[in-house]
Amino acid sequence: MMKIVVVIKQVPARDSFLRVDPGGAWIQESDLNYEINEPDAYALEAGLQLKEKSGGEVVVVSTGPARVASTIREALAKGADRAIHIEQEDVAGAGPLATARVIASALETEKPDLILTGLQSDDFGYGQTGVILAELMGLPHATIIMNVEVNGASLRLKRELENGYFQHVEMPLPALLTMQSGSNKLRYATLMGIKKAKTKEVRTIAGVQPEGAGTSIRIERVYMPGSSKQSQIFDGPPREAAAKLVEKLKFEARVL
Amino acid sequence: MQSFRGVDYLLIDSQLDSQEHLVRQTAREFVEGAVIPVIRDAYREGRFPTQLIPELGRLGFLGANLEGYGCAGMSNVEYGLIMQELERGDSGLRSFVSVQGALVMYPIWKYGSDDQKNRWLPALHKGEAVGCFGLTEPDFGSNPAAMRTTAARDGADWVLNGEKTWITNGSSADVSLVWARTDSGIRGFLVEKGTRGYATSDIHGKMSMRASVTSSLSFADCRVPGAALLPGVSGLKGPLSCLSQARYGIGWGVIGAAMDCYETARQYTMLRKQFDDRPIASHQLVQEKLADMITEITKAQLLALHAGRLKDQGKLEPAHISMLKRNNAAIALDIARASRDLLGANGVTDEYPIMRHLCNLETVKTYEGTDHIHALVIGERVTGIAAYR
Ligand SMILES: Cc1cc2nc3c(=O)[nH]c(=O)nc-3n(C[C@H](O)[C@H](O)[C@H](O)COP(=O)(O)OP(=O)(O)OC[C@H]3O[C@@H](n4cnc5c(N)ncnc54)[C@H](O)[C@@H]3O)c2cc1C
Repeated sequence: MMKIVVVIKQVPARDSFLRVDPGGAWIQESDLNYEINEPDAYALEAGLQLKEKSGGEVVVVSTGPARVASTIREALAKGADRAIHIEQEDVAGAGPLATARVIASALETEKPDLILTGLQSDDFGYGQTGVILAELMGLPHATIIMNVEVNGASLRLKRELENGYFQHVEMPLPALLTMQSGSNKLRYATLMGIKKAKTKEVRTIAGVQPEGAGTSIRIERVYMPGSSKQSQIFDGPPREAAAKLVEKLKFEARVL
Repeated sequence: MQSFRGVDYLLIDSQLDSQEHLVRQTAREFVEGAVIPVIRDAYREGRFPTQLIPELGRLGFLGANLEGYGCAGMSNVEYGLIMQELERGDSGLRSFVSVQGALVMYPIWKYGSDDQKNRWLPALHKGEAVGCFGLTEPDFGSNPAAMRTTAARDGADWVLNGEKTWITNGSSADVSLVWARTDSGIRGFLVEKGTRGYATSDIHGKMSMRASVTSSLSFADCRVPGAALLPGVSGLKGPLSCLSQARYGIGWGVIGAAMDCYETARQYTMLRKQFDDRPIASHQLVQEKLADMITEITKAQLLALHAGRLKDQGKLEPAHISMLKRNNAAIALDIARASRDLLGANGVTDEYPIMRHLCNLETVKTYEGTDHIHALVIGERVTGIAAYR
């Protein structure tokens, strides 16, 4: 029987129509549709599968404004047992340290056996919130996890490395894992699940920053990538011209 | 092509609550993940993708708006949204779900005996059993009141004779709800696959609804027990009340097909370049087509949503449903044709979904009451004069 906490974030949908906000430091939120951060969906799936195998409870935790309730509802519809919504208006400006702090304080009384987060978020892509959360809670962590097996009080994990390499590691519970996308087939919420979600407990708490925790990150400017056409012609013998072209493609265009 | 995100010009999504959004999302993800990858081949090969049936059941899509027997008891708006997403995949898939839920489960749920309900509803809901609805006959389509199929009492049994045709799911059905003439008017009978005197044969050569099974049913001294009679209804209002349920779903479903055509055409016209390296979307005549399409889709969405809210309040009448079904099927067909046009030659291949939707929608215009017949229903409603004959 494990108590599994899955930390999920609501992010702008991947193919949202993006316009820069008149303030110039963020995108216009009224244009956006929101969805669950993709790696978090895999974290949830992994949590639900572990619960199905070894029993226990899946608790989802999310921080953000009122709209986040829809993503929480989705997680409950897919099978999470209950949820904690940390209400916070400005997640965009919070940064990973501040976010991890409010989550850590919300989890103080929970004492989970396992915490799963996504590897990174589709909007900011810091890739730090989970890892910082582990440090704040004094838990060991492992990142970029593809597969989780529970063996009594320890975990056997498959991590993704670069270039198609994988690493198998063992570590003790309790622990925190940041999960990679694509390792599982995501389930659909059933209509019955959607109906039941309405009756599940969602505890809403105010996201108060702990003492001395200012925001660590400020966004200066958001802008659309400029596009400009430039042509360059490499003269000389084909062998040299080709070598120059490859070098440019590698180090300037970075497409090779 | 990016994954389907729906079409919402007039912020109609803002009128949906969070549960309605979730229901639509589940249906949309299912269609994107499980239907789109297989539907083109199924259509080419002229077969229903039967492998989807268990998942349709598990997700709760079969009889979604019924209460009890394992069903989710969704609202009619939620049910409509499911139909819309399924038909975005294919009208044949939506037809399967319409027939199972609205034409077989609904009448059993509403008019069936307890034994019939317990026997069939859980199995039909889970997709462990398939049902079909036999009303149309070779000589009686728009005018089912004149049907020739009969059921005669013989001791405790009933003996059926006659022929039904154009029956969706006919040969795959474990149970067939057959409407037949009796001494006490038109009655419904649940005939099980394998009953002596009951045979089916499939209709081949369809250029429409190719991913759906359509069959003829024949009854030659087909003897069924007294318990096969649907006890709760007699007269034409039995089948017509089922059709009202199904037509309501069609009014939503065709919006899905229309959205898919429109969205495909919109994206295509922004990429395809003709004359001076300009996207064809920059030409005024193309923009007019897109403007007409999105306007008609938006009106159809409003009609469907309003009808759904009325249905949830118990205020939706058959004459309202006629307007919903007739208008939305017609505009979907127009949009499919206009979209096909905008894709030029590419529009006629099955690399794009448009021609498939276009062909399917020809059936949708005809079945469940033709465009004409629904015009006559509306005409009767506003004049008080029935003009069917
Ligand atoms: C793929 C497919 C699946 C189907 N599935 C089922 C099913 O599961 N169960 C079932 O029972 N049936 C089913 N049908 C049958 C369908 O409901 C009938 O085809 C429909 O009711 C029309 O009947 P009909 O084809 O006999 O056309 P007809 O009634 O002969 O009509 C032909 C034309 O004449 C017009 N017309 C007829 N009468 C009038 C009038 N009084 N005034 C003006 N115009 C008129 C019609 O509008 C139409 O344009 C299916 C049909 C198809 C194509």
